[in-house]
Amino acid sequence: MNGRPLALFAAALSGIVFGFGLAVARMTDPQKVLNFLDFAAIPRGGWDPSLAFVMAGGMAVGLIGFRLDRRLAAPFVAAAFQPPTRTAIDLPLLVGSALFGIGWGLVGLCPGPAFANLGTLAESILLFVALMLVGSWATGLILALSVKE
Amino acid sequence: MDQFTPLSATVGGALIGLAATLLWIANGRLAGVSGIAGGLVPPRPADALWRVLFLVGLPVGALIGAEVGPTLLPEIPTSRPALDVGWPVLIAGALLVGIGTRLGGGCTSGHGICGLSRLSVRSLVAVLVFMASAAATVFVVRHVIP
Repeated sequence: MNGRPLALFAAALSGIVFGFGLAVARMTDPQKVLNFLDFAAIPRGGWDPSLAFVMAGGMAVGLIGFRLDRRLAAPFVAAAFQPPTRTAIDLPLLVGSALFGIGWGLVGLCPGPAFANLGTLAESILLFVALMLVGSWATGLILALSVKE
Repeated sequence: MDQFTPLSATVGGALIGLAATLLWIANGRLAGVSGIAGGLVPPRPADALWRVLFLVGLPVGALIGAEVGPTLLPEIPTSRPALDVGWPVLIAGALLVGIGTRLGGGCTSGHGICGLSRLSVRSLVAVLVFMASAAATVFVVRHVIP
């Protein structure tokens, strides 16, 4: 795909629109994310349901958008659709998702907003993204080794 | 409830859904940010450049959104968000997000926006698990430890 300028343009455009959407939705603000995750605030007052509306807005478009592939033999600028290869509900899915949730709840940043905040060039964001990538890449290499053996 | 911003949240969410739709129908790829970043290692040179361009697009789009957003919707403040955690928590959180999303095969965008839109049961399970563990973590940090 590297040799196809249109595919590269589409990837960049998707990233830009994605980042723009995150900023408009204010999901780049860790406090706002944590204020959603603080469900104890529902009876006490001060809970912020905004993140649920972000998901709803995204799914309203996505539920239609991801069905458009049925009308296409192939993506517009690539050879084939590449759906996920893993479909099982297994232990790595459960453990990984639980660990991710703890990290997300500690800081209020998930991968999308972490990258989107890189433009602030704050040291804390740079460190977060760097360590997030180290964690992901190290885990990926370990998983690849364990599959080969 | 003055912090509840339904309009900007819904509009922003729809834009995220649009971006994910674009990457799927144009490139045949799922817009899971952890997967796109994680896929850079082990390196496969022919598969790397689109990932980098998508990831660079995120802060570019966010900077534009932070500038233009407040003029479009009064719900969007001109003040920039900030992190409010100490270094040890930041480091632990970053590593947990990296390890967890790789092990679980996705994050809020991949399992959340894309997976749920594709009606994936695996993604629904992942979303329920990370939402529950994130909420439990926030509960402990905000209401148990202090």
